[in-house]
Amino acid sequence: MKTAQRIAHEVQSGLSSASAELERSLAAVRERNGELNVFLHVDHDGATGLAKSIDERVSRGEFVGPLAGVPIALKDNLCQVGIPTTCSSRILEGWHPPYNATVVDRLLSAGAVPVGKTNLDEFAMGSSTENSAFGPTRNPLDPSRVPGGSSGGSAAAVAADMTPISLGSDTGGSIRQPAALCGLVGMKPTYGLVSRYGLIAFASSLDQIGPFAKTVTDAALLLEVIAGHDPMDSTSLPEPSPTLLVHVNDGVAGRRVGLVRELVEGADDDVVDAVQRARVTLEAAGATVVEMSIPEFRLGLSAYYLIAPAEASSNLARFDGVRYGNRVDAEDVTAMMEATRTAGFGAEVKRRIMLGTYALSAGYYDAYYGQALKVRTQMIAAFHRAYQQVDLLLGATTPSVAFKFGSKTDNPMAMYLSDVFTIPSNLAGEPAVSVPFATGEEGLPIGVQLLGPGRSEARLFAAARVLEIADGRP
Amino acid sequence: MSSPLRREDVAHVAKLARLTLSDAELDQFTEQLGQVLEHALDMSSLDLENVIATAHPFGLINVVRDDVVRPSLDREAVLAEAPDTQDGRFAVPRIMGEAP
Repeated sequence: MKTAQRIAHEVQSGLSSASAELERSLAAVRERNGELNVFLHVDHDGATGLAKSIDERVSRGEFVGPLAGVPIALKDNLCQVGIPTTCSSRILEGWHPPYNATVVDRLLSAGAVPVGKTNLDEFAMGSSTENSAFGPTRNPLDPSRVPGGSSGGSAAAVAADMTPISLGSDTGGSIRQPAALCGLVGMKPTYGLVSRYGLIAFASSLDQIGPFAKTVTDAALLLEVIAGHDPMDSTSLPEPSPTLLVHVNDGVAGRRVGLVRELVEGADDDVVDAVQRARVTLEAAGATVVEMSIPEFRLGLSAYYLIAPAEASSNLARFDGVRYGNRVDAEDVTAMMEATRTAGFGAEVKRRIMLGTYALSAGYYDAYYGQALKVRTQMIAAFHRAYQQVDLLLGATTPSVAFKFGSKTDNPMAMYLSDVFTIPSNLAGEPAVSVPFATGEEGLPIGVQLLGPGRSEARLFAAARVLEIADGRP
Repeated sequence: MSSPLRREDVAHVAKLARLTLSDAELDQFTEQLGQVLEHALDMSSLDLENVIATAHPFGLINVVRDDVVRPSLDREAVLAEAPDTQDGRFAVPRIMGEAP
């Protein structure tokens, strides 16, 4: 599969065409989507028309944009006008958004061709894509294993060469964890760097849209396109869009890196070994690596699984059968809402709504939600202390390689532990990237995670690029 | 340690959240949510008395735009996706009881 950067170059220069690139993408979808369940909807006609119009613009000598003719997959919690958007939930089945997410508008302006909408854990709640109302997505590298989640479909689309790049959303690791499990680069940007307008909200203070790609350069290219201030999102950072692409080969010479004990603690041996080898690689490239402990990270899981459900219980109150999605009729409005929500939400979504409602309810607010918010304060302070000593943090993305279907579905707490290394960055609103480095059990990919302070994406990509090159992907 | 959550708590929360749970779901949720809350008890080991709560990573400041009329979403397009409409509005089943 060609990189997005190369496709854009070839389409713009006439060496290839958007139509030919799209056809290659659609052929890969036809070949494996039945087996893998990656796309919930393929916008065949819309993408074909768009590719054709891009080719016409190229033939007229127009500059189309940095993603000219690049097929892209969108997680199905991102709104695109007229395209079915479900969040992998029955409650939204058949709904068509009346507006585009800001990221979709930015992709279209950059010349990208959205191919379709990818499967996810219902409302992005999960770590395996097994919580989708429309069946699980399979890991293209080993279909007996999960692709990770919640953005499992967007990860699988790239891993299966259906599209060179895709977009996911990351609330507690939902980009980085599937990236690790599918052998991809995945980044959760700084909170507010990418507009959330048109991203169906899960936990608004944690959610952030970000890129999947096979290479660091493609991830940087995609993030550069979607980042930047948006007046439609009141939490959008006011600063101008960062320049990322020109810095991917900056290296790590002189950088101070903290290898965090709590970000490898409890991980499988093959994962710990990969992180140690990443350390050696960074040192060989001129970085200084020191071991450090950030005990607050151990409390991240507890805080996250109260804060995220609390916000979700509020956000998902809007799905009540009145304004959009499906309705189960009943004699009065309260009964209708209850019947609609009971029929429309799956078990994990109900669990999180319940947990959040409980954590926010009278008598328990201070003990659970209030306490979690204070832990969040401690977490942010711990990151700040760490960044007085080092420029970046290093650890594992996930405790293990991709796991088998059904191995954690009966035990929500075991599933939640998949996110233990990714959650701290979401709580602090800071960026982190997962980059494939070495392989583990049965040759499956391992993701190494690099974390940095707010707006340090360029620094993170440069370090990830050092690992990528050392891992044999120059 | 026993679960901090009782079955009747779960039933009460389900009512607040507008969800109907079967008896089997009530049992399952009581156990599963209890495990999560039990895990959360690790936070109570901390002395957080004087720590300020953080609800948002960067502290939210109200953002306002200029008070000028701008086009909004097309009403027909929005209503077309609603379960039921009437006279250009969302329609719902009755919200009050019959007059006595």
